[in-house]
Amino acid sequence: MSTSTQQSSAGPATSAPSQGALGGHEKQAPWVPWAVFGAAAAVALAISLLTGWNIVLFVIYTVVLGTLGTYLLSRVTEGSRKATDRLITCLVVSAFGIAMVPLVSLVYEVVRRGAERFDAEFFTASLQGVIGPGGGAYHAIMGTLIITALTTLISVPIGLMTAIYLVEYGTGRLKRSITFFIDVMTGIPSIVAGLFAYALFVLIFGPGIRLGIMGAVALSVLMIPVVVRSAEEVLKLVPNELREAAYALGVPKWRTILKVVIPTAIAGLATGVTLAIARVIGETAPLLITVGITNATNFNPFDGRMATLPVYAYYQLTQPGVPPQEGIDRAWTAALVLIILVMGLNVVARLISRLFAPKTSR
Amino acid sequence: MTSTTSAPPAQQPKSRPGDRIFAGTAKGAGILILVILAGVALFLISESVPALTASPDEIPGDGGLASYIGPLIFGTLLSAMIALLVATPLAVAIALFITFYAPRKLAAGLGYVVDLLAAIPSIVYGFWGIAWLAPRLVPFYRWLEENLGFIPFFTGPVSSSGRTMLTIGLVLAVMILPIVSAISREVFSQVPTLHTEAALALGATRWEMIKMAVIPYGKSGIIGGSMLGLGRALGETMAVAIILSGSAAGITWALITSANPQTIAANIALQFPEETGLGVNTLIASGLALFVITLLVNMLARWVVSRRADFSGAN
Repeated sequence: MSTSTQQSSAGPATSAPSQGALGGHEKQAPWVPWAVFGAAAAVALAISLLTGWNIVLFVIYTVVLGTLGTYLLSRVTEGSRKATDRLITCLVVSAFGIAMVPLVSLVYEVVRRGAERFDAEFFTASLQGVIGPGGGAYHAIMGTLIITALTTLISVPIGLMTAIYLVEYGTGRLKRSITFFIDVMTGIPSIVAGLFAYALFVLIFGPGIRLGIMGAVALSVLMIPVVVRSAEEVLKLVPNELREAAYALGVPKWRTILKVVIPTAIAGLATGVTLAIARVIGETAPLLITVGITNATNFNPFDGRMATLPVYAYYQLTQPGVPPQEGIDRAWTAALVLIILVMGLNVVARLISRLFAPKTSR
Repeated sequence: MTSTTSAPPAQQPKSRPGDRIFAGTAKGAGILILVILAGVALFLISESVPALTASPDEIPGDGGLASYIGPLIFGTLLSAMIALLVATPLAVAIALFITFYAPRKLAAGLGYVVDLLAAIPSIVYGFWGIAWLAPRLVPFYRWLEENLGFIPFFTGPVSSSGRTMLTIGLVLAVMILPIVSAISREVFSQVPTLHTEAALALGATRWEMIKMAVIPYGKSGIIGGSMLGLGRALGETMAVAIILSGSAAGITWALITSANPQTIAANIALQFPEETGLGVNTLIASGLALFVITLLVNMLARWVVSRRADFSGAN
């Protein structure tokens, strides 16, 4: 419970004698709220020991009692305005605390349950012919890597060229409408992207079709706007002096973009692309309806169903087979691998932007 | 970086083939995006036409398209509204905490931690919701039914697994928290320092400063951000598909029973792998409805956010 920034509001308050409401009151010492919360914790401990120990109730009692105590004490000693201020401070800090509950519990739960099957077999075996214990997600991990690589291959050139168009060439209505529809595209629900890919391939191959490439097309619809947005932001940051210097030396515009603008922005571009990959690698819904699931290893995205890690996790959880525990364990390990992949990509993105940032001293 | 060696003496700068090819490719990529988006709409429409023109008794559920999609739209809107009601105050408070309350040195790191919530794949939220959150909410739901059961939202019987509409609303709230708080944070950090310092100099407490200078300035940002969050929540699929107890209960306001209306996206994910023929067309038609709803919500949100720039008063 941080209340360390009271100086900023207390300073002006004491130097404004014309404010009658504050005039007659003393300023609280900085340790007072902490003492109140300490007392609240002691009372909460007593209550929860009497009614049966429960960590959640203990924390809730502490926060509620501490907030009330701080408010009432401040109301008596400092007046209603300062009291409201302290109340809001408590509420705002608690809100942040509440937001941390899902994050911490989620990571803890996935790591705890996923560690069960986090072994070599999980990464080297497929599910072909596996009933009960054993088996792994080799086929699903390979499927995810192949489909994500294909998605990147489709999305990055289109996204990058569009960003170049918007920053370097675009003018007038076409630029405005592309910008607007990129925004619209960011909001497309992932399942709708999957339906689009399905509807597109059904027109060509007939109903019931499932291909790895369909998944890549569906994911591209989700990835392209992310790439365009981030690349556009980064390209805008390239100083115009660099471009003008190149033009002055007689370099054609396209060579200026390829040899000057893009190398300057490469760190930001790579960061953006990595974050975009992190965004689509965990997508489940579009793959569920376009790629399906299989137990065998399939490396060919143009031939039949493929397994992917998120879909694998979904089916192992909802249709675990007999006995169910084996499938459920595999599902949690798949979820753990997914989180590791996504978090890893996020860390890589931050490293790229830190290590390869353009030298600011020109 | 600038390679002077590769600069050929240009006679006519306008007609270099390299320039024309490159500019053409860039423009083509931009146009391709418009084509893709038009394609999404066109293919969805063309594949849902059979369902739109079919006779009512051929649609799954035998009641016609409207009575099939109706409860799904209701479920989608209900879950997203719960998420919005829970997430918006929380996200604004988090944004305030990071911008105005947290120690300066920690602020950036705390912002990154909140953004981590957005990085977690939605299927993992489903796992977490069904295994961790739902069982822990059951005692709370029992308490709600006993004490507030007279309100239609909290009528029993309470689901024993906790896989209810309210659980889904809370999970969706966690999922949209990062985007709403990110946009609120961005707007709050743009509040002119002159305004906040003027308020403090006049003797305002920190809360009064926020109430007088920050909230009025950031109001449309908060509204726009929460509507973008609403768009997210409407289209969320896997978490709902895993957590929500799957029985088509029609339209009901009861939030804590085990009979809940499905959402459009979750219904597609659950039914699509097994459907054939007209069933697929019906699902695509429901996807079209979802597409239109999220499109409208997102366009409205963008409009609200962009409108703020025009009369911001910062200049």
